[in-house]
Amino acid sequence: METVIFFLFAALALGSGIVVVTHKSPIYATLSLVVTLFSMAVLFVLLGAPFLGALQILVYAGAIVVLFLFVIMLLNVQKEEDAHVDRGVQLWVAILGALVFLGMFWLAFWRTGLRLGAAPSPPALTEAQVSLKGLATALFTDYLLPFEIVGLLLLVAVIGATVAARRPGSDEILPQDDLVGDDAAAGPVLPREVRS
Amino acid sequence: VNADVIAILIKYAVMFGVFINIAPVMVWVERRGAGLIQDRPGPNRVGPFGLFQPLADALKFMFKEDVTPALADKPLYLLAPVLALMPAFTTLVVIPFGPDLTAFGRTIPLVVTNVDTGVLLFLAISSLGVYSLVMAGYASNNKFSLLGSIRASAQLISYELALTISVLAVLIPVNSFRLSDVVAYQQAHHVWNCIPQILGCIVFLISAFAETNRLPFDLPEAESELVAGFHTEYGAMRFALFFQGEYSNMAALGALGATLFFGGWTLPFLHLSGWLGAIVGLGTLIAKIAIAMAVFVWVRWTFPRFRYDQLMRLGWKVLLPLSIVNLILVAAMTLAGWL
Repeated sequence: METVIFFLFAALALGSGIVVVTHKSPIYATLSLVVTLFSMAVLFVLLGAPFLGALQILVYAGAIVVLFLFVIMLLNVQKEEDAHVDRGVQLWVAILGALVFLGMFWLAFWRTGLRLGAAPSPPALTEAQVSLKGLATALFTDYLLPFEIVGLLLLVAVIGATVAARRPGSDEILPQDDLVGDDAAAGPVLPREVRS
Repeated sequence: VNADVIAILIKYAVMFGVFINIAPVMVWVERRGAGLIQDRPGPNRVGPFGLFQPLADALKFMFKEDVTPALADKPLYLLAPVLALMPAFTTLVVIPFGPDLTAFGRTIPLVVTNVDTGVLLFLAISSLGVYSLVMAGYASNNKFSLLGSIRASAQLISYELALTISVLAVLIPVNSFRLSDVVAYQQAHHVWNCIPQILGCIVFLISAFAETNRLPFDLPEAESELVAGFHTEYGAMRFALFFQGEYSNMAALGALGATLFFGGWTLPFLHLSGWLGAIVGLGTLIAKIAIAMAVFVWVRWTFPRFRYDQLMRLGWKVLLPLSIVNLILVAAMTLAGWL
Protein backbone atom coordinates (compact mmCIF):
# COMPACT_ATOMS: atom_id res chain seq x y z
CA MET A 1 0.00 0.00 0.00
CA GLU A 2 2.73 2.47 1.00
CA THR A 3 4.78 1.54 -2.06
CA VAL A 4 1.81 2.17 -4.33
CA ILE A 5 1.20 5.59 -2.75
CA PHE A 6 4.91 6.40 -2.98
CA PHE A 7 5.14 5.65 -6.69
CA LEU A 8 1.84 7.40 -7.41
CA PHE A 9 2.90 10.64 -5.74
CA ALA A 10 6.54 10.44 -6.84
CA ALA A 11 5.31 10.18 -10.44
CA LEU A 12 2.85 13.00 -9.83
CA ALA A 13 5.58 15.20 -8.35
CA LEU A 14 7.92 14.55 -11.29
CA GLY A 15 5.20 14.91 -13.92
CA SER A 16 3.83 18.16 -12.55
CA GLY A 17 7.40 19.39 -12.04
CA ILE A 18 8.03 18.91 -15.76
CA VAL A 19 4.80 20.79 -16.52
CA VAL A 20 5.99 23.67 -14.30
CA VAL A 21 9.07 24.27 -16.45
CA THR A 22 7.62 23.46 -19.86
CA HIS A 23 4.06 24.85 -19.93
CA LYS A 24 3.57 28.06 -21.90
CA SER A 25 0.81 29.46 -19.69
CA PRO A 26 2.15 30.88 -16.41
CA ILE A 27 -1.12 30.07 -14.62
CA TYR A 28 -0.93 26.38 -15.51
CA ALA A 29 2.77 26.30 -14.57
CA THR A 30 1.99 27.82 -11.16
CA LEU A 31 -0.95 25.48 -10.52
CA SER A 32 1.28 22.53 -11.44
CA LEU A 33 3.74 23.80 -8.83
CA VAL A 34 0.95 23.40 -6.27
CA VAL A 35 0.52 19.76 -7.35
CA THR A 36 4.28 19.22 -7.06
CA LEU A 37 4.38 20.71 -3.57
CA PHE A 38 1.35 18.70 -2.47
CA SER A 39 2.92 15.45 -3.75
CA MET A 40 6.13 16.32 -1.90
CA ALA A 41 4.09 16.81 1.26
CA VAL A 42 2.58 13.34 0.82
CA LEU A 43 6.10 11.92 0.39
CA PHE A 44 7.15 13.65 3.63
CA VAL A 45 4.23 12.02 5.43
CA LEU A 46 5.24 8.63 4.00
CA LEU A 47 8.77 9.19 5.34
CA GLY A 48 7.29 9.58 8.82
CA ALA A 49 7.51 13.38 9.01
CA PRO A 50 3.87 14.57 9.02
CA PHE A 51 4.88 17.90 10.58
CA LEU A 52 7.10 18.76 7.61
CA GLY A 53 4.34 17.63 5.27
CA ALA A 54 1.79 19.92 6.91
CA LEU A 55 4.21 22.86 6.90
CA GLN A 56 5.04 22.23 3.25
CA ILE A 57 1.36 22.67 2.34
CA LEU A 58 0.69 25.48 4.82
CA VAL A 59 3.67 27.65 3.86
CA TYR A 60 4.43 26.85 0.24
CA ALA A 61 1.20 25.67 -1.37
CA GLY A 62 -1.10 27.69 0.89
CA ALA A 63 0.71 31.02 0.96
CA ILE A 64 3.73 31.53 -1.28
CA VAL A 65 2.28 30.08 -4.48
CA VAL A 66 -0.95 32.03 -3.91
CA LEU A 67 1.18 35.18 -4.00
CA PHE A 68 2.74 33.99 -7.29
CA LEU A 69 -0.77 33.59 -8.72
CA PHE A 70 -1.78 36.98 -7.33
CA VAL A 71 1.06 38.68 -9.19
CA ILE A 72 0.49 36.73 -12.39
CA MET A 73 -3.21 37.56 -12.45
CA LEU A 74 -2.57 41.17 -11.51
CA LEU A 75 -0.22 41.62 -14.45
CA ASN A 76 -2.57 39.46 -16.55
CA VAL A 77 0.27 37.53 -18.19
CA GLN A 78 -1.40 35.35 -20.80
CA LYS A 79 1.50 33.67 -22.60
CA GLU A 80 5.14 33.34 -21.80
CA GLU A 81 7.06 35.94 -23.78
CA ASP A 82 10.40 35.30 -25.40
CA ALA A 83 13.10 36.43 -23.06
CA HIS A 84 15.48 38.80 -24.81
CA VAL A 85 18.66 37.25 -23.52
CA ASP A 86 21.77 35.85 -25.09
CA ARG A 87 20.96 32.21 -25.92
CA GLY A 88 24.65 31.28 -25.89
CA VAL A 89 25.19 32.39 -22.30
CA GLN A 90 21.94 30.71 -21.30
CA LEU A 91 23.10 27.42 -22.81
CA TRP A 92 26.40 27.45 -20.92
CA VAL A 93 24.72 28.33 -17.64
CA ALA A 94 22.23 25.51 -18.19
CA ILE A 95 25.02 23.00 -18.87
CA LEU A 96 26.91 24.17 -15.77
CA GLY A 97 23.77 23.86 -13.64
CA ALA A 98 23.04 20.38 -14.98
CA LEU A 99 26.63 19.29 -14.25
CA VAL A 100 26.45 20.55 -10.66
CA PHE A 101 23.09 18.80 -10.17
CA LEU A 102 24.31 15.51 -11.63
CA GLY A 103 27.48 15.75 -9.54
CA MET A 104 25.49 16.14 -6.35
CA PHE A 105 23.14 13.36 -7.39
CA TRP A 106 26.07 11.06 -8.07
CA LEU A 107 27.75 12.00 -4.81
CA ALA A 108 24.58 11.22 -2.88
CA PHE A 109 24.25 7.81 -4.52
CA TRP A 110 27.94 7.05 -4.20
CA ARG A 111 27.90 7.77 -0.50
CA THR A 112 24.71 5.89 0.30
CA GLY A 113 22.88 3.86 -2.32
CA LEU A 114 25.72 2.15 -4.17
CA ARG A 115 27.46 1.00 -1.01
CA LEU A 116 24.43 -0.12 0.93
CA GLY A 117 25.76 -3.65 1.20
CA ALA A 118 29.29 -2.63 2.21
CA ALA A 119 28.80 0.09 4.80
CA PRO A 120 26.36 -0.04 7.72
CA SER A 121 23.34 2.09 6.85
CA PRO A 122 22.75 5.12 9.10
CA PRO A 123 20.30 4.52 11.96
CA ALA A 124 16.70 5.21 11.06
CA LEU A 125 15.13 8.41 12.39
CA THR A 126 13.41 7.80 15.68
CA GLU A 127 9.97 9.02 16.66
CA ALA A 128 11.61 11.49 19.09
CA GLN A 129 13.58 13.09 16.24
CA VAL A 130 10.72 13.66 13.79
CA SER A 131 8.01 14.53 16.31
CA LEU A 132 7.10 18.15 16.96
CA LYS A 133 8.83 18.18 20.34
CA GLY A 134 11.99 16.62 18.90
CA LEU A 135 12.15 19.17 16.07
CA ALA A 136 11.48 22.08 18.41
CA THR A 137 14.11 20.91 20.90
CA ALA A 138 16.69 20.57 18.13
CA LEU A 139 15.83 24.00 16.70
CA PHE A 140 16.10 25.81 20.02
CA THR A 141 19.19 24.04 21.39
CA ASP A 142 21.63 22.57 18.83
CA TYR A 143 20.63 24.79 15.91
CA LEU A 144 19.71 27.96 17.76
CA LEU A 145 22.24 30.21 16.00
CA PRO A 146 21.29 29.17 12.41
CA PHE A 147 17.63 29.48 13.40
CA GLU A 148 18.14 33.03 14.67
CA ILE A 149 20.14 33.94 11.58
CA VAL A 150 17.31 32.72 9.34
CA GLY A 151 14.96 34.93 11.35
CA LEU A 152 17.27 37.90 10.79
CA LEU A 153 17.43 37.11 7.07
CA LEU A 154 13.62 37.14 6.85
CA LEU A 155 13.53 40.48 8.69
CA VAL A 156 16.00 41.92 6.17
CA ALA A 157 13.81 40.61 3.33
CA VAL A 158 10.72 42.25 4.85
CA ILE A 159 12.51 45.61 5.20
CA GLY A 160 13.83 45.28 1.65
CA ALA A 161 10.34 44.61 0.29
CA THR A 162 8.94 47.62 2.17
CA VAL A 163 11.67 49.86 0.78
CA ALA A 164 11.08 48.54 -2.74
CA ALA A 165 7.33 49.22 -2.46
CA ARG A 166 7.82 52.89 -1.54
CA ARG A 167 7.32 55.60 -4.12
CA PRO A 168 10.72 57.20 -4.78
CA GLY A 169 11.09 60.41 -2.77
CA SER A 170 7.97 60.00 -0.68
CA ASP A 171 7.03 58.44 2.62
CA GLU A 172 3.87 56.90 1.19
CA ILE A 173 3.67 53.18 0.57
CA LEU A 174 1.74 52.40 -2.63
CA PRO A 175 -1.90 52.14 -1.54
CA GLN A 176 -3.68 48.87 -2.21
CA ASP A 177 -6.43 50.61 -4.19
CA ASP A 178 -4.06 51.43 -7.03
CA LEU A 179 -3.05 47.80 -7.39
CA VAL A 180 -6.50 46.25 -7.34
CA GLY A 181 -8.37 48.94 -9.21
CA ASP A 182 -11.01 49.11 -6.53
CA ASP A 183 -11.88 52.71 -7.34
CA ALA A 184 -12.36 51.91 -11.01
CA ALA A 185 -14.79 49.13 -10.19
CA ALA A 186 -16.63 51.09 -7.52
CA GLY A 187 -18.12 53.54 -9.99
CA PRO A 188 -18.00 57.34 -9.81
CA VAL A 189 -15.45 58.66 -7.36
CA LEU A 190 -17.12 60.43 -4.48
CA PRO A 191 -15.49 62.78 -2.02
CA ARG A 192 -13.71 60.96 0.80
CA GLU A 193 -16.22 61.95 3.48
CA VAL A 194 -19.18 60.64 1.53
CA ARG A 195 -17.59 57.27 0.80
CA SER A 196 -16.40 56.46 4.27
CA VAL B 1 -10.07 -4.80 5.24
CA ASN B 2 -9.62 -4.79 9.00
CA ALA B 3 -11.86 -3.43 11.73
CA ASP B 4 -9.94 -0.16 12.16
CA VAL B 5 -10.51 0.81 8.55
CA ILE B 6 -14.22 0.04 8.87
CA ALA B 7 -14.39 2.15 12.05
CA ILE B 8 -12.68 5.06 10.27
CA LEU B 9 -15.05 4.78 7.30
CA ILE B 10 -18.10 4.77 9.56
CA LYS B 11 -16.83 7.77 11.51
CA TYR B 12 -16.12 9.63 8.28
CA ALA B 13 -19.59 8.78 6.99
CA VAL B 14 -21.15 10.25 10.15
CA MET B 15 -19.21 13.52 9.89
CA PHE B 16 -19.75 13.69 6.11
CA GLY B 17 -23.46 13.22 6.66
CA VAL B 18 -23.50 16.15 9.09
CA PHE B 19 -21.50 18.45 6.80
CA ILE B 20 -23.27 17.61 3.53
CA ASN B 21 -26.67 18.33 5.03
CA ILE B 22 -25.68 21.74 6.34
CA ALA B 23 -26.06 23.50 2.97
CA PRO B 24 -29.74 22.65 2.33
CA VAL B 25 -30.63 23.49 5.93
CA MET B 26 -28.67 26.73 5.70
CA VAL B 27 -30.45 27.78 2.49
CA TRP B 28 -33.65 27.89 4.50
CA VAL B 29 -32.08 29.34 7.68
CA GLU B 30 -30.27 32.06 5.76
CA ARG B 31 -33.30 33.22 3.79
CA ARG B 32 -35.75 33.02 6.69
CA GLY B 33 -33.14 34.68 8.92
CA ALA B 34 -32.74 37.48 6.41
CA GLY B 35 -36.51 37.89 6.36
CA LEU B 36 -36.67 37.99 10.14
CA ILE B 37 -33.91 40.61 10.41
CA GLN B 38 -35.30 42.72 7.57
CA ASP B 39 -38.89 42.45 8.83
CA ARG B 40 -40.32 40.54 5.86
CA PRO B 41 -41.62 36.95 5.57
CA GLY B 42 -38.86 35.34 3.48
CA PRO B 43 -39.62 32.18 1.45
CA ASN B 44 -42.98 30.81 2.72
CA ARG B 45 -44.64 29.23 -0.36
CA VAL B 46 -43.11 25.73 -0.58
CA GLY B 47 -44.27 23.57 2.29
CA PRO B 48 -44.92 24.68 5.89
CA PHE B 49 -42.86 27.79 6.74
CA GLY B 50 -41.16 27.40 3.35
CA LEU B 51 -39.31 24.37 4.70
CA PHE B 52 -39.20 22.62 1.31
CA GLN B 53 -37.58 25.63 -0.37
CA PRO B 54 -34.11 23.93 -0.44
CA LEU B 55 -35.68 20.98 -2.26
CA ALA B 56 -37.18 23.27 -4.87
CA ASP B 57 -33.85 25.10 -5.19
CA ALA B 58 -31.98 21.83 -5.68
CA LEU B 59 -34.41 20.77 -8.44
CA LYS B 60 -34.01 24.15 -10.11
CA PHE B 61 -30.20 23.83 -10.02
CA MET B 62 -30.40 20.37 -11.57
CA PHE B 63 -32.71 21.27 -14.44
CA LYS B 64 -31.11 24.59 -15.36
CA GLU B 65 -29.04 24.72 -18.53
CA ASP B 66 -25.36 24.29 -17.79
CA VAL B 67 -23.60 27.05 -19.71
CA THR B 68 -19.86 27.21 -20.24
CA PRO B 69 -18.53 30.49 -21.67
CA ALA B 70 -17.03 29.99 -25.14
CA LEU B 71 -13.69 31.55 -24.29
CA ALA B 72 -13.37 29.98 -20.83
CA ASP B 73 -10.37 27.90 -19.91
CA LYS B 74 -12.26 24.58 -19.93
CA PRO B 75 -10.17 22.30 -17.63
CA LEU B 76 -9.78 24.90 -14.89
CA TYR B 77 -13.38 26.10 -15.30
CA LEU B 78 -14.66 22.58 -14.65
CA LEU B 79 -12.21 21.81 -11.85
CA ALA B 80 -12.78 24.94 -9.74
CA PRO B 81 -16.26 24.16 -8.31
CA VAL B 82 -15.17 20.64 -7.36
CA LEU B 83 -12.16 22.02 -5.50
CA ALA B 84 -14.49 24.35 -3.58
CA LEU B 85 -15.82 21.32 -1.69
CA MET B 86 -12.43 19.73 -1.03
CA PRO B 87 -11.15 21.64 2.05
CA ALA B 88 -14.24 21.25 4.23
CA PHE B 89 -14.72 17.56 3.48
CA THR B 90 -11.02 16.85 4.14
CA THR B 91 -10.51 18.92 7.28
CA LEU B 92 -13.48 17.40 9.11
CA VAL B 93 -11.33 14.31 9.76
CA VAL B 94 -9.48 16.01 12.65
CA ILE B 95 -12.58 17.32 14.47
CA PRO B 96 -13.35 15.17 17.56
CA PHE B 97 -17.07 14.54 18.12
CA GLY B 98 -17.33 12.47 21.27
CA PRO B 99 -15.56 10.61 24.09
CA ASP B 100 -13.68 7.37 23.48
CA LEU B 101 -16.24 4.69 22.73
CA THR B 102 -15.73 1.14 23.97
CA ALA B 103 -17.68 -1.08 21.64
CA PHE B 104 -17.23 -4.44 19.89
CA GLY B 105 -14.29 -5.24 22.18
CA ARG B 106 -12.17 -2.25 21.21
CA THR B 107 -11.70 1.40 22.16
CA ILE B 108 -12.67 3.75 19.35
CA PRO B 109 -11.67 7.42 19.65
CA LEU B 110 -14.52 9.47 18.19
CA VAL B 111 -12.48 11.48 15.73
CA VAL B 112 -11.93 10.21 12.19
CA THR B 113 -8.15 10.29 12.49
CA ASN B 114 -6.32 11.44 15.60
CA VAL B 115 -3.05 12.46 13.94
CA ASP B 116 -0.18 14.10 15.79
CA THR B 117 -0.43 17.26 13.66
CA GLY B 118 -4.23 17.67 13.97
CA VAL B 119 -4.72 21.44 13.91
CA LEU B 120 -1.84 22.00 11.49
CA LEU B 121 -3.43 19.56 9.05
CA PHE B 122 -6.69 21.49 9.31
CA LEU B 123 -4.98 24.83 8.65
CA ALA B 124 -2.85 23.38 5.82
CA ILE B 125 -5.76 21.84 3.92
CA SER B 126 -8.08 24.81 4.43
CA SER B 127 -5.35 27.13 3.11
CA LEU B 128 -5.67 25.29 -0.22
CA GLY B 129 -9.29 26.44 -0.53
CA VAL B 130 -8.23 29.71 -2.15
CA TYR B 131 -7.20 27.86 -5.34
CA SER B 132 -10.83 27.11 -6.13
CA LEU B 133 -11.68 30.84 -6.13
CA VAL B 134 -8.54 31.77 -8.05
CA MET B 135 -9.11 29.10 -10.71
CA ALA B 136 -12.78 30.02 -11.11
CA GLY B 137 -11.99 33.69 -11.59
CA TYR B 138 -9.13 33.13 -13.99
CA ALA B 139 -10.81 30.41 -16.05
CA SER B 140 -14.05 32.37 -16.56
CA ASN B 141 -12.24 34.85 -18.80
CA ASN B 142 -14.23 37.75 -17.41
CA LYS B 143 -12.78 40.86 -15.86
CA PHE B 144 -15.17 40.89 -12.91
CA SER B 145 -14.33 37.26 -12.14
CA LEU B 146 -10.62 38.02 -12.39
CA LEU B 147 -10.91 41.02 -10.07
CA GLY B 148 -12.83 38.83 -7.63
CA SER B 149 -10.17 36.16 -7.53
CA ILE B 150 -7.34 38.69 -7.22
CA ARG B 151 -9.13 40.07 -4.19
CA ALA B 152 -9.71 36.55 -2.87
CA SER B 153 -6.05 35.61 -3.04
CA ALA B 154 -4.91 38.77 -1.21
CA GLN B 155 -7.71 38.61 1.36
CA LEU B 156 -7.39 34.95 2.26
CA ILE B 157 -3.62 35.16 2.73
CA SER B 158 -3.92 38.26 4.90
CA TYR B 159 -6.51 36.84 7.27
CA GLU B 160 -4.97 33.38 7.38
CA LEU B 161 -2.03 34.84 9.32
CA ALA B 162 -4.18 36.29 12.11
CA LEU B 163 -6.34 33.15 12.18
CA THR B 164 -3.36 30.80 12.40
CA ILE B 165 -1.64 32.78 15.15
CA SER B 166 -4.83 32.97 17.22
CA VAL B 167 -5.17 29.19 16.86
CA LEU B 168 -1.53 28.61 17.87
CA ALA B 169 -2.08 30.56 21.10
CA VAL B 170 -4.74 28.04 22.13
CA LEU B 171 -2.24 25.22 21.74
CA ILE B 172 0.41 26.70 24.09
CA PRO B 173 -1.19 25.70 27.42
CA VAL B 174 -2.51 22.45 25.92
CA ASN B 175 0.99 21.46 24.77
CA SER B 176 -0.34 19.40 21.86
CA PHE B 177 -1.59 19.85 18.29
CA ARG B 178 -4.34 17.28 18.74
CA LEU B 179 -7.84 18.73 18.89
CA SER B 180 -8.93 15.92 21.22
CA ASP B 181 -6.27 17.13 23.69
CA VAL B 182 -7.63 20.69 23.39
CA VAL B 183 -11.08 19.38 24.33
CA ALA B 184 -9.68 17.28 27.19
CA TYR B 185 -7.77 20.32 28.50
CA GLN B 186 -10.91 22.44 28.62
CA GLN B 187 -12.83 19.64 30.31
CA ALA B 188 -10.08 19.13 32.91
CA HIS B 189 -9.82 22.85 33.74
CA HIS B 190 -13.60 23.37 33.83
CA VAL B 191 -13.37 26.51 31.69
CA TRP B 192 -13.78 27.10 27.98
CA ASN B 193 -10.80 28.69 26.24
CA CYS B 194 -12.94 31.63 25.14
CA ILE B 195 -12.75 33.05 28.68
CA PRO B 196 -8.98 33.19 29.35
CA GLN B 197 -8.27 33.76 25.64
CA ILE B 198 -11.06 36.20 24.82
CA LEU B 199 -8.72 38.27 22.61
CA GLY B 200 -7.70 35.25 20.51
CA CYS B 201 -11.33 34.18 20.30
CA ILE B 202 -12.39 37.56 18.86
CA VAL B 203 -9.52 37.58 16.35
CA PHE B 204 -10.44 34.03 15.31
CA LEU B 205 -14.10 34.96 14.89
CA ILE B 206 -13.39 38.01 12.69
CA SER B 207 -10.79 36.16 10.61
CA ALA B 208 -13.21 33.27 10.12
CA PHE B 209 -15.65 35.65 8.38
CA ALA B 210 -12.88 36.79 6.02
CA GLU B 211 -11.64 33.24 5.39
CA THR B 212 -15.10 32.04 4.37
CA ASN B 213 -15.86 35.13 2.21
CA ARG B 214 -18.89 36.02 4.26
CA LEU B 215 -20.23 39.49 4.68
CA PRO B 216 -18.92 41.94 5.85
CA PHE B 217 -15.84 40.56 4.06
CA ASP B 218 -17.32 39.06 0.89
CA LEU B 219 -15.18 41.27 -1.35
CA PRO B 220 -14.38 38.41 -3.82
CA GLU B 221 -18.05 38.34 -4.88
CA ALA B 222 -19.18 41.89 -3.93
CA GLU B 223 -22.33 41.90 -6.07
CA SER B 224 -22.72 45.67 -6.09
CA GLU B 225 -19.44 46.21 -7.93
CA LEU B 226 -18.29 42.87 -9.41
CA VAL B 227 -21.66 41.35 -10.51
CA ALA B 228 -20.97 38.12 -8.58
CA GLY B 229 -17.17 38.22 -8.47
CA PHE B 230 -15.35 34.95 -9.02
CA HIS B 231 -18.49 32.92 -9.78
CA THR B 232 -20.11 35.41 -12.20
CA GLU B 233 -19.94 32.92 -15.08
CA TYR B 234 -21.16 29.89 -13.16
CA GLY B 235 -24.73 28.66 -13.21
CA ALA B 236 -26.84 25.60 -12.48
CA MET B 237 -25.17 22.79 -10.53
CA ARG B 238 -21.68 24.29 -10.75
CA PHE B 239 -22.88 27.38 -8.93
CA ALA B 240 -24.58 25.10 -6.41
CA LEU B 241 -21.20 23.47 -5.72
CA PHE B 242 -19.69 26.85 -4.82
CA PHE B 243 -22.73 27.45 -2.65
CA GLN B 244 -22.30 24.11 -0.90
CA GLY B 245 -18.56 24.79 -0.57
CA GLU B 246 -19.16 28.11 1.16
CA TYR B 247 -21.54 26.60 3.72
CA SER B 248 -19.30 23.58 4.28
CA ASN B 249 -16.29 25.80 4.89
CA MET B 250 -18.33 27.88 7.34
CA ALA B 251 -19.33 24.69 9.13
CA ALA B 252 -15.73 23.43 9.20
CA LEU B 253 -14.43 26.70 10.68
CA GLY B 254 -17.41 26.77 13.04
CA ALA B 255 -16.52 23.26 14.22
CA LEU B 256 -12.86 24.28 14.66
CA GLY B 257 -13.85 27.40 16.60
CA ALA B 258 -16.28 25.44 18.78
CA THR B 259 -13.57 22.86 19.52
CA LEU B 260 -10.81 25.40 20.22
CA PHE B 261 -12.72 28.00 22.20
CA PHE B 262 -16.07 26.53 23.30
CA GLY B 263 -15.32 23.08 24.64
CA GLY B 264 -15.97 21.07 21.45
CA TRP B 265 -18.31 18.13 21.98
CA THR B 266 -18.34 18.49 25.77
CA LEU B 267 -21.10 20.02 27.87
CA PRO B 268 -20.26 21.73 31.17
CA PHE B 269 -20.60 19.51 34.27
CA LEU B 270 -21.74 16.52 32.23
CA HIS B 271 -19.56 13.43 31.91
CA LEU B 272 -21.26 10.73 29.90
CA SER B 273 -19.63 7.72 28.32
CA GLY B 274 -20.55 4.80 26.12
CA TRP B 275 -23.11 5.05 23.35
CA LEU B 276 -25.11 7.70 25.21
CA GLY B 277 -21.96 9.83 25.55
CA ALA B 278 -21.18 9.39 21.85
CA ILE B 279 -24.66 10.47 20.77
CA VAL B 280 -24.81 13.41 23.19
CA GLY B 281 -21.27 14.42 22.13
CA LEU B 282 -22.16 14.44 18.44
CA GLY B 283 -25.40 16.28 19.19
CA THR B 284 -23.53 18.90 21.24
CA LEU B 285 -21.00 19.47 18.46
CA ILE B 286 -23.80 19.82 15.89
CA ALA B 287 -25.60 22.28 18.18
CA LYS B 288 -22.43 24.36 18.56
CA ILE B 289 -21.88 24.36 14.78
CA ALA B 290 -25.51 25.44 14.38
CA ILE B 291 -24.96 28.35 16.77
CA ALA B 292 -21.85 29.36 14.80
CA MET B 293 -23.86 29.25 11.55
CA ALA B 294 -26.60 31.35 13.12
CA VAL B 295 -23.97 33.96 14.06
CA PHE B 296 -22.70 33.92 10.46
CA VAL B 297 -26.24 34.63 9.21
CA TRP B 298 -26.95 37.24 11.88
CA VAL B 299 -23.75 39.17 11.07
CA ARG B 300 -24.34 38.90 7.31
CA TRP B 301 -27.70 40.65 7.46
CA THR B 302 -26.60 43.22 10.04
CA PHE B 303 -23.34 44.73 8.79
CA PRO B 304 -22.60 46.44 5.46
CA ARG B 305 -19.63 45.35 3.35
CA PHE B 306 -16.17 46.72 4.10
CA ARG B 307 -14.24 48.68 1.48
CA TYR B 308 -11.17 46.87 0.14
CA ASP B 309 -8.60 49.18 1.75
CA GLN B 310 -10.48 49.00 5.06
CA LEU B 311 -10.37 45.22 4.82
CA MET B 312 -6.61 45.21 4.30
CA ARG B 313 -6.04 47.76 7.07
CA LEU B 314 -8.14 45.75 9.52
CA GLY B 315 -6.30 42.53 8.67
CA TRP B 316 -2.72 43.77 8.77
CA LYS B 317 -2.81 46.69 11.20
CA VAL B 318 -5.38 45.51 13.74
CA LEU B 319 -5.97 41.76 13.72
CA LEU B 320 -2.39 40.59 13.07
CA PRO B 321 -0.83 42.72 15.88
CA LEU B 322 -3.70 41.73 18.21
CA SER B 323 -3.14 38.05 17.50
CA ILE B 324 0.61 38.41 18.22
CA VAL B 325 -0.15 40.27 21.47
CA ASN B 326 -2.53 37.46 22.37
CA LEU B 327 0.15 34.85 21.59
CA ILE B 328 2.69 36.58 23.86
CA LEU B 329 0.09 37.08 26.62
CA VAL B 330 -0.93 33.44 26.57
CA ALA B 331 2.69 32.29 26.56
CA ALA B 332 3.44 34.53 29.56
CA MET B 333 0.33 33.36 31.41
CA THR B 334 1.28 29.75 30.75
CA LEU B 335 4.82 30.34 32.04
CA ALA B 336 3.39 32.01 35.14
CA GLY B 337 1.22 28.95 35.69
CA TRP B 338 -2.11 30.77 35.38
CA LEU B 339 -3.43 28.58 32.59
